[in-house]
Amino acid sequence: MAETLTIPRGRIDFPGIGFAIVLSAVIIFPLIVVGTWAFTEVWRYPNVVPQQFGLRFWNQTLSRADVWSALTLSLQLSTVVTLLSAAICLPAAYAFARMTFPGRNVLFFSFLAGHAFPKFGLLVAIAAIFLQLNLIGTFWGVVLIQLVGTLLFMIWIPVAAFQSVDRRMEEAARDVGASPLRVFWSITLPQAGPTIAAAVLLSFVGTFYETEGAWLIGAPGIRTMPVLMITFINNQMVIQYGAVLSVLLWVPSFIALLFARRIIGGGAFARGFGG
Amino acid sequence: MARLDIANVTKLFGATRAVDDFSITVTDGELVCLLGPSGSGKSTLLRMIGGFEKPTYGSMTIDGEEVIHLPPEKRPTGMVFQSHALWSHMNVFKNIAFGLKLRRLPKAEITQRVEAVLDLVGLKGFGERLTHQLSGGQQQRVALARSLVLEPKILLLDEPFASLDQHLRERLREEVRDIQQRLKITTLFVTHAQDEALSVADRIVVLRDGRTEQIAKPAEVYRTPATPFVAGFIGQMNLISGVVSEGEFGHSAFNVPVAVADGPATLAVRPEALTLKPASGVGMGHVHRVTDYGTHAMIDVELPDGERLKSMMPTADEWSSMQQVDLVPGAFALYRDNAAIYRADVGTPPRKAPSRTRGTVNA
Repeated sequence: MAETLTIPRGRIDFPGIGFAIVLSAVIIFPLIVVGTWAFTEVWRYPNVVPQQFGLRFWNQTLSRADVWSALTLSLQLSTVVTLLSAAICLPAAYAFARMTFPGRNVLFFSFLAGHAFPKFGLLVAIAAIFLQLNLIGTFWGVVLIQLVGTLLFMIWIPVAAFQSVDRRMEEAARDVGASPLRVFWSITLPQAGPTIAAAVLLSFVGTFYETEGAWLIGAPGIRTMPVLMITFINNQMVIQYGAVLSVLLWVPSFIALLFARRIIGGGAFARGFGG
Repeated sequence: MARLDIANVTKLFGATRAVDDFSITVTDGELVCLLGPSGSGKSTLLRMIGGFEKPTYGSMTIDGEEVIHLPPEKRPTGMVFQSHALWSHMNVFKNIAFGLKLRRLPKAEITQRVEAVLDLVGLKGFGERLTHQLSGGQQQRVALARSLVLEPKILLLDEPFASLDQHLRERLREEVRDIQQRLKITTLFVTHAQDEALSVADRIVVLRDGRTEQIAKPAEVYRTPATPFVAGFIGQMNLISGVVSEGEFGHSAFNVPVAVADGPATLAVRPEALTLKPASGVGMGHVHRVTDYGTHAMIDVELPDGERLKSMMPTADEWSSMQQVDLVPGAFALYRDNAAIYRADVGTPPRKAPSRTRGTVNA
């Protein structure tokens, strides 16, 4: 692991350069364009650089009540969904990792089902059921639909985390007098913690950016940040409103990732995916 | 200080008998080694004593109290695992103190006991270190300290030095033996390394396929192995198949007089009990290889049928490849039906076999 990979001198790493160019083109370039638009007041064709920078559209966007209510709602939804998902999925993941029971494998793979089919079709079918249950346009309706989306991350990654905890560590704790519950709390959970934190983070960020479910189940009463952004982009002639909201939407993921790097450290994400 | 009684313990995994009708009494302060190859059931047996496996049949008592129904956390045993199994999210102090905290001891007493046990295992001042900052040997000392601090009645060591290098293993096993004798703690030590068992044990249990082959003191296991398996597993041994006929063990290369009934048998002779002498003319075999270990030399002798025997000689100087030699066995044993039927403390010099073939060699 400690070895450093080096490219022999005199050889040009063409695949690496090609990969970097493609990545720049499809990720960094659009981000720069959107970021630039957010701080632009005047940018007319055929200029490559905006004629006038400014924060006018930030003031206009941030003074809107619907933006703040959407942001609050998105944060509430993400928090509730992540907590519920953790409460449901972590014990289930532990059971999948440590116990054998009839139908275990089928049940385990069923969590892939939500991601194995075209999502929109699934959402429409669920929406029909929610309509009968009066859940359309409600906070808890959106919570439920977004909960489904987190199941994969919150089951599969913690299962890998629990499975990678050395059974001997748990046995050593039993040996010195810890009950099974105490072993889980004091040994298993801290050992699996960083990877589980990665799963929780992915869940939170994924829920925050989830659009299809929030729009199909939540509309018209529930408008999350991404839904509001799409509305702005579709209905507003001014590009900057959408751009400002896009930049605003990056903030939670940036904070989350910075937080993640501090508490999780390198390798945990990879371990979470069985790496 | 405790006595462990295991009576007729059997462990089945499906149709496989991992441990088969095992019984032993381990007395106060005794160190018993469970020795056997992989799959012999020694670790399963230890895990049953620790409470991590439940016997299918049989009983286990510690100081007269049945413990079979007790979970690991309720048993008066302490286990040291091969993989150390230290908790990497805790430092050394917390690893050792964890069991004491579970017992709700006062903080000052916890600190005092952890410091004392760190001193005992030679890790004074290492309390604040993280486990990954320790060497393999230090990690194993912490694992030992974690068990010892709780003063268990029975200490269980599951191949504790298997992952360490030879020098460290030798040093640590001596330290563990010293600590065990100082504390007079009843100990069961699982190992597949016979030198480890011979050097630390009061008694050795040799296991094979879940069954006991022999329970005896190390010297006895070495000098008078009860079965051909024990003979071959402990130390080096030449095992030669042949047939006893008219008071002589016969092999294609040599015959040895033995006072047993006629029939097939296996002759077992240790390399140090098999001396060589240069043959005048054609001998019983010829030198195949000479290995000089400095303190002694190991001479591989090839018999006419291609089988090879090992002989330990004081020096390598007198011997060279292809040299014709005669064999002079000292102490040897004869086995039949998995039991010793004859032992000779000082062997009668063998005589070279006539040209006819009698039996085969299976060294």
